[in-house]
Amino acid sequence: MSLIVDIRKDLGDFHLRTSFEAGNGITGLLGASGSGKSLTLKCIAGIERPDEGHIELDGKVLFDSKQKIDLPPQKRGVGYLFQNYALFPHMTLRRNILCALHAEKDRQKKEKVLEEMIRMMRLEGLEDYRPHQLSGGQQQRAALARILAGRPRALLLDEPFSSLDAHLRDSLKIELRDLLLEYGKEVLMVTHSRDEAYNMSSVVGVMDEGRLLAIKPTKKLFADPGSVAAARITGCKNIAAARKISAFEAEVPEWGIRLTTAGEIRDGLKAVGLRAHYFNALAPQNRYRVTMDSEMEEPFETIIRFRYENQEPDSPPLWWRLGKDRRPGTFPEELGIAPANVLLLYE
Amino acid sequence: MNMDWFPLWNSLRIAAVSCILVFFLGIFFAYYVAALPRAVKGVLDVIFTLPMVLPPTVCGYLLLRVFGLRRPLGMWLAQRGIRFVMTWPGGVLAASVVAFPLMYRTARGAFESFDKTLAYAGQTLGLSNTYIFWRIRMPVCRQGILAGAVLSFARALGEYGATSMLIGYTPGRTATISTTVYQLWRTNDEKGAFFWVMINLAISAVVLQAVNMLERPHKKEVR
Repeated sequence: MSLIVDIRKDLGDFHLRTSFEAGNGITGLLGASGSGKSLTLKCIAGIERPDEGHIELDGKVLFDSKQKIDLPPQKRGVGYLFQNYALFPHMTLRRNILCALHAEKDRQKKEKVLEEMIRMMRLEGLEDYRPHQLSGGQQQRAALARILAGRPRALLLDEPFSSLDAHLRDSLKIELRDLLLEYGKEVLMVTHSRDEAYNMSSVVGVMDEGRLLAIKPTKKLFADPGSVAAARITGCKNIAAARKISAFEAEVPEWGIRLTTAGEIRDGLKAVGLRAHYFNALAPQNRYRVTMDSEMEEPFETIIRFRYENQEPDSPPLWWRLGKDRRPGTFPEELGIAPANVLLLYE
Repeated sequence: MNMDWFPLWNSLRIAAVSCILVFFLGIFFAYYVAALPRAVKGVLDVIFTLPMVLPPTVCGYLLLRVFGLRRPLGMWLAQRGIRFVMTWPGGVLAASVVAFPLMYRTARGAFESFDKTLAYAGQTLGLSNTYIFWRIRMPVCRQGILAGAVLSFARALGEYGATSMLIGYTPGRTATISTTVYQLWRTNDEKGAFFWVMINLAISAVVLQAVNMLERPHKKEVR
């Protein structure tokens, strides 16, 4: 059970070059808008046509420029959850779901699947409502019910939470993740939110300017993004150019410090990243004198911006983010960071 | 008084036939032009919209240049028994040409504001493109398309300039409401002209009311 994607597509100045393999479970594609993640989904679904490449799902070739195979979307067996859910506005929920079953001629079977989907997505009693009469969460489940009724072999989710209110999002994330895991097929989810990618996916790929920078199991990716762009997209706030000194030590001229690392530094080190959450007033290693620059409060956390003692004057202050209950009364004179939390970035 | 109702009947059949013709042609071209690249779209758009801004007499003149009985195409058609000059099908031709831009433009506007993801969703759900066109795109765009059809009907019904040039005024053969009003007024039949003016006003009022009803947005129930 796998989805193999290796495509190229040029759109003016934009060049999409994506190549990856996704197995069972939820794979997240994380990137800013315009990074090519949605275009990748559209190519897999057959809505957009790659210039060249190969797309294969469970051993069935969906697209291959050399073999001149280009199955229409109708024949790909790929479900696509659109950002706005794309429910047909003039049809009731029941008719929307029946659309996916139009090839099924047996009326009884049709009704059975319809009922099953309504039950699975907890839409009982809403069968005769039109999409605009449903809440955002109900619309999302209705769109999923319609997609799953057609028994697709893989599921593509395009920013599934972006049109929902923030307070609904968290509970729906858990709900959707559990539904998808129960469904047990390949799921490819596109998102610009690192939280959503982290919450939902077992594997995450990072996209930037049409290129897939890295694709790894979620925790590994966040612990070791590998490149400057991937570190930034996964939310690393403090990144500066660095130079390898020895196997476990790097120099950061911009910040005027040297950092001990846990992992061995390879040749070609370009930069290091320090995540805002990982600074600690008590950490004994990588400890340097700091001065506070400014502070910005959030409801439950606070962001303190600080400078190293020997930091270059035009270098922006660093971010330290911590829970308010852990905020020290007076700003510490020195801050440290564990060697394991120094991200080594190579390109 | 023994009324001659022929102009009403003739106007209605010309308007009805040209409305049906223009309905399908307008949708067909609107659908294909909406999907074309920008440059081609611009050129076709100008050509398809021209009859709306040209004086109808200019349209009539151009139609005579093409379909006149001494012109190659007109001659060729006449040999096969098809004549547009001084016949009611000629009225259909004139009315269609003048009304076409209204249908084309309203339909194109409706298609362009159509949410493409609905069509994509239909495709990924396995629905055929024909099904998507007739059962999703058309119903979703129906307000704009019906408004276009009604406007074309109204325009075809009121057509005077191109019609009078192509089919003239022959009582009982090519007379329409609008050409009759002119003829009766010209021959000092004030009463007769006024009668047909009232008929025309009544029909136009009904048509405009229909457009208003179509354009009224559906009340949205929000839960």
